[in-house]
Amino acid sequence: MTFEYAPAPESRASVSIKPKYGHYIGGKFVAGEKHFPTINPATEEVLSSVALGGKKDVDAAVKSAKKALDVHWSKLSGRERGKYLFRIARILQERAREFAVLESLDNGKPIRESRDVDVPLAAAHFFYHAGWADKLEFAGVGTKAKPHGVVGQIIPWNFPLLMLAWKVAPALATGNTVVLKPAETTPLTALLFAEVCEQAGLPAGVVNIVTGDGSTGALIVNHPGINKIAFTGSTEVGKIIAESVASTSKSVTLELGGKAANLVFEDAAIDESVEGIVNGIFFNQGHVCCAGSRLIIQESISDEFIKKLQKRMEKIRVGDPLDKNTDLGAINSRAQLEKIKELSLAGDSEGAERWSPQCSLPDKGFWFAPTIFTGVTQSHRIAREEIFGPVLSVLTFRTPQEGIDKANNTPFGLSAGVWSEKGSKTLWASQKLKAGVIWTNTFNKFDPTSPFGGYKESGWGREGGRHGLTAYLKGVTHE
Amino acid sequence: MRCMKFYGLIDGSDTSLKNFLVKLPGVDAVGADARAAMLGTRSIKTTSKRWAIDTAISMVDLTTLEGADTEGKVQALCAKAVRPDPTDPSVPSVGAVCVYNDMVAVARKHLDSIGGTHVPVAAVSTAFPSGRASMKVKIQDTKDAIEAGAAEIDMVIDRGAFLSGNYIDVFNEIVAIKEICGEKAHLKVIFETGELVTYDNVRKASYLAMLAGADFIKTSTGKIAPAATPPVVLVMLEAVRDFYEMTGVRIGVKPAGGIRNTKDAIKQLVLVNETAGPEWLTPSLFRIGASALLNDLLMQRMKMDNGYYASPQYVTID
Repeated sequence: MTFEYAPAPESRASVSIKPKYGHYIGGKFVAGEKHFPTINPATEEVLSSVALGGKKDVDAAVKSAKKALDVHWSKLSGRERGKYLFRIARILQERAREFAVLESLDNGKPIRESRDVDVPLAAAHFFYHAGWADKLEFAGVGTKAKPHGVVGQIIPWNFPLLMLAWKVAPALATGNTVVLKPAETTPLTALLFAEVCEQAGLPAGVVNIVTGDGSTGALIVNHPGINKIAFTGSTEVGKIIAESVASTSKSVTLELGGKAANLVFEDAAIDESVEGIVNGIFFNQGHVCCAGSRLIIQESISDEFIKKLQKRMEKIRVGDPLDKNTDLGAINSRAQLEKIKELSLAGDSEGAERWSPQCSLPDKGFWFAPTIFTGVTQSHRIAREEIFGPVLSVLTFRTPQEGIDKANNTPFGLSAGVWSEKGSKTLWASQKLKAGVIWTNTFNKFDPTSPFGGYKESGWGREGGRHGLTAYLKGVTHE
Repeated sequence: MRCMKFYGLIDGSDTSLKNFLVKLPGVDAVGADARAAMLGTRSIKTTSKRWAIDTAISMVDLTTLEGADTEGKVQALCAKAVRPDPTDPSVPSVGAVCVYNDMVAVARKHLDSIGGTHVPVAAVSTAFPSGRASMKVKIQDTKDAIEAGAAEIDMVIDRGAFLSGNYIDVFNEIVAIKEICGEKAHLKVIFETGELVTYDNVRKASYLAMLAGADFIKTSTGKIAPAATPPVVLVMLEAVRDFYEMTGVRIGVKPAGGIRNTKDAIKQLVLVNETAGPEWLTPSLFRIGASALLNDLLMQRMKMDNGYYASPQYVTID
């Protein structure tokens, strides 16, 4: 008999989902007009019905944010603002299981990741920024730095709560008030976060949450009462936002797509590199803007390495996101699944060789087996376009410089990985790679103290760390 | 492959051994720790837990290695090894009884007299645990144990020689002991990973021992901490997996020291399952050196049957 792991599902009992949600504006839930369903992508079960934010809702949210800014939030000292952030961080920790289960239900990601990564990191972001709230004058931003005022924040579906934390925590720490729009397919943890704001006693209107789709996002971007836009999402939408705000006084930060290279040299620690490649592309089903979606490997070890990678991929457990032993969950939406399928077919037709381990996928829901393409060249679409799914393109290089050239030969520049046991080589490669985040001998490691952001079409500005704070302040004079 | 000297991978000279060991890829300690920790989060429930407990029992090398060991103590251990739970015949016998050299005959005789012919006796050898004795003594130590009925020899390597880079001395000692074991006894080679310290050393020692003819590679004596930590076992499991790819021969792995409860034992089985693969989940390729572990496995087994934790008085203390 073999060692079959019996199902170990996390209980749904900690979560209570209302059948219908309105928007959270001015400290209370207000009814929406139109609604749309949000589903569990693993089963296609309808979880709830959420409001589609229109002009009236966005107006009300901006008005409430402005009022909260003027009458309350701007009058508080940094220390007082920090208290609220500390409170939110602690409540997130206390309600961690609830958030993790809800995130996995609405998003499709494995509970192991929502439990061990998303939720703890979200709390860490609030803790970190709580500490900055009363120390801004020591952040190297000069003495004239002031909050922008009302910030509009539009976040993606891949890390719904974590992206909320990345946006809301620095905004509040620096004294801004917020109008936030969660992604169309994953609004539930943001709506639960509204409860956390209430529980923390956050003054009404400091955080407003308007649910909706792209049209709601456009209303926020174009609203004259918004002073700054922070967006995380696709490069395509990022470009539209950049155009929309070009002739206004709004500040903008954009965190967009990527096509990160994982550069593996022949002197790498092979087993740990294989592990890092797997983590780089299959973490969160590859729905990661900084995913290591291109493996660029030195030819001298490529055959052996691919064999090991395939053996490792056979161990990836695909299935029920709420099972504690699941490694790869559901694709977030039908639309995303179609996009992954389309690009994979392009890989086939352009002559790359596709390989996936034997794995049975559930009948219902949106699923895609972990996949690698070998024999990929720079001119293939799957080497250039962001797939945003569990699909790895493998390219090879002969000399270190060629590896760097291939890694940099992309319109993106969000992240990169370098794998070598030779310190001088990792330092050399890190200097040559054009990417905002470079990991050596590890991948997909996030920390609130570390700035995150991209070069080129991967975005403008940084989030996290001291650098991320400056994006939420105007009149910054670097000291 | 086995009949080829050193699997045809080296010629047995100092240079060929060094070349082989130097070419091994390094181990990134942070990555190895992270992988082992991730596998430690696997949640093993219900039927799979029951299977894992019984499998773990059958893999235990039930051990007593004390200066205070007596015939009575060893005989009691043998009885427990054959029937770990006297009230439940469905509990399998353990993998082996592991004792000091001078207790081998006592253990063998007693096992045979109580219907435990199927339970082998393992003897720790080569001046266990330090390994600090002349080669003459180590060879005689091993011969004595085999003559007394040991079917498994757990030898220690010379860590001093290893750490000073005299790999060939370590290698030659293992080759010599293997020759004495011949077909009569299985050879387990103990590294004392707590003294080798780095994962790179653990990987080097693993290949060195496998090339020299080890049937099993074993983490520790149980006298030094840290011992069988999950990342150390991970590195050793990677070594036997890759060695099989090179030679077609499966070498066993035995973590020993520090595995005291069911949870830790199941974590080890998960490591085996997802690293070397399910082929290694058999007592002929994976053993756990332990003493206190067995009772915890029995108590968890009872709990699964009865739905509640029994008082410790319901498991025997031998």
